[in-house]
Amino acid sequence: MAAREMTYAEALREALREEMARDERVIIMGEDVKINVWTVTRDLHKEFGDRVINCPLSESGFSGAGVGAALTGMRPVVEIMYHDFTLYAADSIANQAAKYRYMCGGGDFKVPIVFRVAGGGSSGGSGCHHGQSLEATFIHFPGLKVIFPSNPYDAKGLLKTAIRDNNPVVFFEHKLCYPIKGAVPAGDYTVPIGKAEVKREGKDVTIVSYAYILHKALKAADQLAEEGIEAEVIDLRTLRPVDTECILKSVQKTSKLVTAEEGTKMGGVGAEIAAIVAEEGLQYLDAPIKRVAAAEWIIASSAYADQMGIPQVEDIARAVKELF
Amino acid sequence: MPAIEKDTLLKIYSNMVRLRVFDDKVNLLVESGIRITQHSTRGQEATQIAATAALEPNDYVMPYHRGWGWAIGKGMDPKILLSELMGKGTGCCAGKGGVHIADWKLRIMGRPGVQAAHVPIAAGVGLSIKMRKAKDVVLCFFGDGASNEGNIHEGMNLAAVWKAPVVFICENNLYALFTPNIETTSVQDIADRAQGYGIPGAIIDGNDAIAGYEAAKEAINRARSGQGPTLIEAKTYRIHGHTAMDRFHLGGYRPKEEVDEWEKKDPVKKLRERLMEIRMATAQELDEIDQKTKEEIEEAEKFAKESPYPTREDILRDVYCEA
Repeated sequence: MAAREMTYAEALREALREEMARDERVIIMGEDVKINVWTVTRDLHKEFGDRVINCPLSESGFSGAGVGAALTGMRPVVEIMYHDFTLYAADSIANQAAKYRYMCGGGDFKVPIVFRVAGGGSSGGSGCHHGQSLEATFIHFPGLKVIFPSNPYDAKGLLKTAIRDNNPVVFFEHKLCYPIKGAVPAGDYTVPIGKAEVKREGKDVTIVSYAYILHKALKAADQLAEEGIEAEVIDLRTLRPVDTECILKSVQKTSKLVTAEEGTKMGGVGAEIAAIVAEEGLQYLDAPIKRVAAAEWIIASSAYADQMGIPQVEDIARAVKELF
Repeated sequence: MPAIEKDTLLKIYSNMVRLRVFDDKVNLLVESGIRITQHSTRGQEATQIAATAALEPNDYVMPYHRGWGWAIGKGMDPKILLSELMGKGTGCCAGKGGVHIADWKLRIMGRPGVQAAHVPIAAGVGLSIKMRKAKDVVLCFFGDGASNEGNIHEGMNLAAVWKAPVVFICENNLYALFTPNIETTSVQDIADRAQGYGIPGAIIDGNDAIAGYEAAKEAINRARSGQGPTLIEAKTYRIHGHTAMDRFHLGGYRPKEEVDEWEKKDPVKKLRERLMEIRMATAQELDEIDQKTKEEIEEAEKFAKESPYPTREDILRDVYCEA
């Protein structure tokens, strides 16, 4: 199949369009999903009519309604406009969607729902209620799968897999990734949940990252190469379940681990990766693990300050060099 | 409103007795040291049983914590219900739900533990029914305490804006845990809040099974014919406390005279007298139902006690759907 250049936002939209055409049970729910600030669902109602539902401003309510629809034969894709707003919807996602099947004894109780959540580390002047990275919050809940793609190809393939999965999936999207372009095949393909990808091979250190900051990690790796350090960069793609095998295999080769994320450090994704390596691969390491994460801060509200606490390319490069 | 068929009335009576005897049994089991979380329905049998009697088999019930009338009314065998409450593998959720009673075939959705979390879910089931062009209805229960949750507002607005086939029944028993609702609730009649969603609100005597059946039937018909949700407020009273641990009214948060006054309005007794008064049943017929039900609940106890617990392997299964 021919691959075209398209943005991450366009790739997501294409996944939604194809899945809606393929399966009439797929519906879209959320705030302003017809015009859509992110453009991801824009104009799909012109093709799919009532299956694209503009919901009232009630994240808990429409997320819960999505659960009810998913239980009884639909496959809703619910958009929550920002990571920050997931906290309003947290009960519907983590107490209801995640637990419903189990608490009802399994069997025919299934919750095939995708919560698409935009956001990620930048407020761009919109304030600290529009700029957090909360993916780590949701990896804590058994019953959920959590995805956070970094590029257009994965965005399309993983969203399709998520929609076809019979479990609730929290699908994070990074707003700074939306304009990133990449090659995306036309037509159907999927990317498996739970598989990381080695984006750059190297022998000296493993950098585990995902989503937008993965691109910074790749730049840091290029800079490090000029100084003679060959970093292997892993894109997690799925945060729950984590591809432990891919990480351990790499650490076995490189003997050094650095994690890079935009969320805050304590209880973060990097903490989980570090713990996995400490438990299952400590013998491979010849240096301490380094976690690169946001400052323990409230993300600054102004466009001037919002990147000051978020790790940049040089922060990742510096963390790596500290291990040598 | 056409007269209610004899079969329906006898079914309602028999299920109310079944619930009463079951409820008493669970309290005794709790007292004997068996860990069951029980929110007693004594005094509240009429609405849950009568409203579920007005449903068709394919209609959904979205339960709330005070039960188990919605389960018995929807046809759950007390053996299976009690087994689940005791965490046995023979329960309706294979011993994994406990209080979260559910049954896919009976269309009993999962009983929630977070107050009002199920109300948006009910709206979503209603949306799905509409989108699938099915004709089913969702009957969603909640209490006066939950009526103050934000999810009630969000869920009722969604159901109303979608004209979803959902009937909301608020059982107002005057207390949320140990707090009288006059301390916490902005209106005396929760049914008044229906106006805020542009849907009908009705108040019924929650201790009158016939009134409960008629009001539910009307709202269910309305929902089924595409006219959207109704909020029914059933004024009632919980004779026991919040849970089985609170049967004797911890801390004396309500006067004994109040309880005595409501005891006189016993819904089971009320229906029994009414059935005899309209010559629908004789005392002997009703006694036979009472006796049979007692035996049935004894058998349920034996069955549940003798049933095995699930294995650890079973307990850890079904976190994800593998298919």
